Amino acid sequence: MTIDMSQFYEVFFDEAEELLAEAERLLLGIDLEDPDNEELNAIFRAAHSIKGGAATFGFMDMTEITHVLENLLDKIRKHEMALTAEHVDAFLAAKDVLKMELDGHRLATEVDQEQVSDVKMVLKSLSEAQGAPVAAAAVPEAKPVHEPVPTSAPVALSTTAEVAQHEVPEGTSCFNIVLPEVTEKDIENLQEELGLLGIVAVSKQADGRSVFTLTTDSSQSDIVSICSFIVDPDDLIISLALAATPKEPVAEKVAATAPTTTSSSNTSKSETEKIVQEEVGYGLFEEEGKEKVEEGYGFFAPFKPHPDALKAELIGDDTVLTEANSGASSAASATVQAAAEVVSAAAAGAPGGVERRSPGRRESDKAAASAETSSIRVGVEKVDQMINLVGELVITQAMIEQRISMLDPVHNEALINSVTQLTRNTRDLQEAVMSIRMMPMDFVFSRFPRMVRDLAGKLGKKVEFVTVGAATELDKGLIERIVDPLTHLVRNSVDHGIEMPENRKRAGKGETGTLTLSAAHKGGSIVIEVTDDGAGLNRDKILAKAHSNGLAVSESMSDSEVFNLIFAPGFSTAEVVTDVSGRGVGMDVVKRNISAMGGVVEIRSALGFGTTISIALPLTLAILDGMSVSLGESIYVIPLNLIVETLQPREEDIKTVTGEGRMVHVRGEYLPIIALHALFNHATDITDPTQGVLVLLEADGKKSALFVDRLVGQQQVVIKSLETNFKKIPGVSGATIMGDGSVALILDVTALIQMGQSANYLTGAPVFSNQHHPQLQNQSNA
Amino acid sequence: MSTETAATTGLKTKSVEGEYLTFVLGAEEYGIEILKVQEIRGYDAVTQIANTPAFIKGVVNLRGKIVPIVDLRIKFNLGKVEYNEFTVVIILNLHGRVVGIVVDGVSDVIALKDEQIRDVPSLVTSIDTKYIVGLATVVERMLILVDIEQLMSSQEMALVDAVAA
Repeated sequence: MTIDMSQFYEVFFDEAEELLAEAERLLLGIDLEDPDNEELNAIFRAAHSIKGGAATFGFMDMTEITHVLENLLDKIRKHEMALTAEHVDAFLAAKDVLKMELDGHRLATEVDQEQVSDVKMVLKSLSEAQGAPVAAAAVPEAKPVHEPVPTSAPVALSTTAEVAQHEVPEGTSCFNIVLPEVTEKDIENLQEELGLLGIVAVSKQADGRSVFTLTTDSSQSDIVSICSFIVDPDDLIISLALAATPKEPVAEKVAATAPTTTSSSNTSKSETEKIVQEEVGYGLFEEEGKEKVEEGYGFFAPFKPHPDALKAELIGDDTVLTEANSGASSAASATVQAAAEVVSAAAAGAPGGVERRSPGRRESDKAAASAETSSIRVGVEKVDQMINLVGELVITQAMIEQRISMLDPVHNEALINSVTQLTRNTRDLQEAVMSIRMMPMDFVFSRFPRMVRDLAGKLGKKVEFVTVGAATELDKGLIERIVDPLTHLVRNSVDHGIEMPENRKRAGKGETGTLTLSAAHKGGSIVIEVTDDGAGLNRDKILAKAHSNGLAVSESMSDSEVFNLIFAPGFSTAEVVTDVSGRGVGMDVVKRNISAMGGVVEIRSALGFGTTISIALPLTLAILDGMSVSLGESIYVIPLNLIVETLQPREEDIKTVTGEGRMVHVRGEYLPIIALHALFNHATDITDPTQGVLVLLEADGKKSALFVDRLVGQQQVVIKSLETNFKKIPGVSGATIMGDGSVALILDVTALIQMGQSANYLTGAPVFSNQHHPQLQNQSNA
Repeated sequence: MSTETAATTGLKTKSVEGEYLTFVLGAEEYGIEILKVQEIRGYDAVTQIANTPAFIKGVVNLRGKIVPIVDLRIKFNLGKVEYNEFTVVIILNLHGRVVGIVVDGVSDVIALKDEQIRDVPSLVTSIDTKYIVGLATVVERMLILVDIEQLMSSQEMALVDAVAA
């Protein structure tokens, strides 16, 4: 009997994803100086669990990566090796690769094999690097990173005979493998295959043959068997170049013309040392040194074709890399400097200058994380079904309550008491059930430290990232949808808000900017704020830009009105507001997304002191704060966040254009009146706006006055889809069930405003139905 | 579904025998496949929907689901359209979509054999004969067997979005 494993895939994917996120969170929070054993163990366990799962399901690519990752982690957690910034970077890179592979299995997205092997290589070289005792300084540890790592790109294939240097770790040997003449493609393949055994470097002899230099703990026969996939083993010349000498870096040289294999093993000790010196960058031999340094830093080269990966993984080293490269190509002296910088940057343990967070910062979050361990995994649809049923229960309970209230309280005291009890229990139940869908904001926040760190590193800024209220809970649906807008805002803040360290110094602020992401409950909504202590928004520049964009602006506008201009579509662009803030890039999209969730965005800013962007969201997507209005016999619900105000117009405020299009004059503005009864062909006695109520609506920057009969009340309603069993109705976004069990339609304000503007419904030509309606005639004559 | 094929071709090429729920519209008696019926309930107040044909009465709350209600009497121009305590709504479940139809009354559940079912002659009616599976005779009464699924998802019923139809 076979078991269908695929049914367990989802569970593994979910779990692996969580473990990866957890590992990343721990990695970012880790203290390099004094890593917490518990944290190291947790990271190790995560890698181990993923490895186990991946092996079970036969995802060998993930197993391979996690295996090397695990080896390295194991050494570190046993204190055989000190944790360095390189390790953290490599782990993060490995995490990204694992995520990529995971997505590859799950969503059939593309997996960049080159990146995979790069990361594997880095991890391997780190783990094989002679574990400097924990007490040792960071400088020697930084070295292994600069070992040549195979590059599949032609970058590393220098035309002259080249020397590859290695530190040969204990227990491994260094082989020279001279290939017959083969295509570049084969060389790449071979290199990849050999890369699985150990550290491999390619060079080329003058006669066009390629030479691999492989440092591995595998035997020669292993190498032969691997190579035989691609080339005829008889054509291979494999020689043991050098066995490892403990604790001493060894390099070997392949002479330009000599039959390489023998000469290299004859290489004298003094020559070896010379070359080693070169590598370190003493610039003794200008001509060779230059090539060598390039080779030496080849570590970075494989990343080059993947700017994205580079951005994510090695931002810290990015600037150093460029310097190193340019230095190498210009003069040896520059190289020395570059090399020195690499070392010092590594020693500082903080590439990119991102302040690592102090371990105490997330104390409380940590406690929350450990509390999560006892949980069960349930499908969302089951939870939704439960929420629906409880919603029903609440309505039924309300109906019973209504009936009970009509009974004589004296005769039915016991019954009334019981129902009161029922009411209370139902409320509690509803609250408890709703909380199932709630997830802590940490779910969103946790992805930002990494982003901020990388971004700051890339921009050369110093940013301290602080989160407040990560335990605040929000509906799962909202959580998923808030990620994109929030990412945009955080990116903006780092990019445009926080100034470069020197500018900050000049402005009398600390070099390190602070970016705070906070979440808190306020009333019935959750407020998420992105705060930076950067340059702030420049009112004058925004006004000037708005003016040149042809927006209606005036000097008398309030600050918040001015700041809101950056949400105007097309107000993007850094080119005008540049030095102050290029905010506005895609800000209209941010605002639109948030409005779609029923939220409101607000900006507070002080020039020179920083900016706060505040997002207020409803607690769940399923519940809407609505104003119910009546029209004839029916009740409609209008989303409260789109209502500007309501008013009962006076006769003289109602104006017409060509006797038809009616408008209302409100505080200097003429707003079109949309008569809901005319738009919906709805029978009502009230056709004169002065007898009814005008609800001023604003959506997408357009205002209109909706004419209804009466305001009924303000309440929270549960949104139900009309489309499940019916179809989309123009002007209606959904339906809800009122306390008495009847159905009320929720108005789609954006659509209504459009309908009101595009249609000449008032003139008697119905918009959506071909039926003639006498009501409309009355309207146009009114 | 065997009935679907039969209905679309207009020919009784396949077996349509089975159990049918019969209901009355004016003076006529109709039958629909019993398996499409979810439940039968009385007529409750509906919430009108703007700019929809008159035969779509609106939507009701059916235990938390928003369900559209169609009055077949209006659609087929049959009988007096009045709503009283005898007015019945048949709730249909058509591939997961729940729809209610208003009829004058529900009479019976009958098992029909193929030999009891006759083809429909071409006629001019208010519904396309392609939605009529066949005619059955049961004790002097004529039953009009309707492929309710096809009918309800047709364009003319305007119950589904054009793309979905």
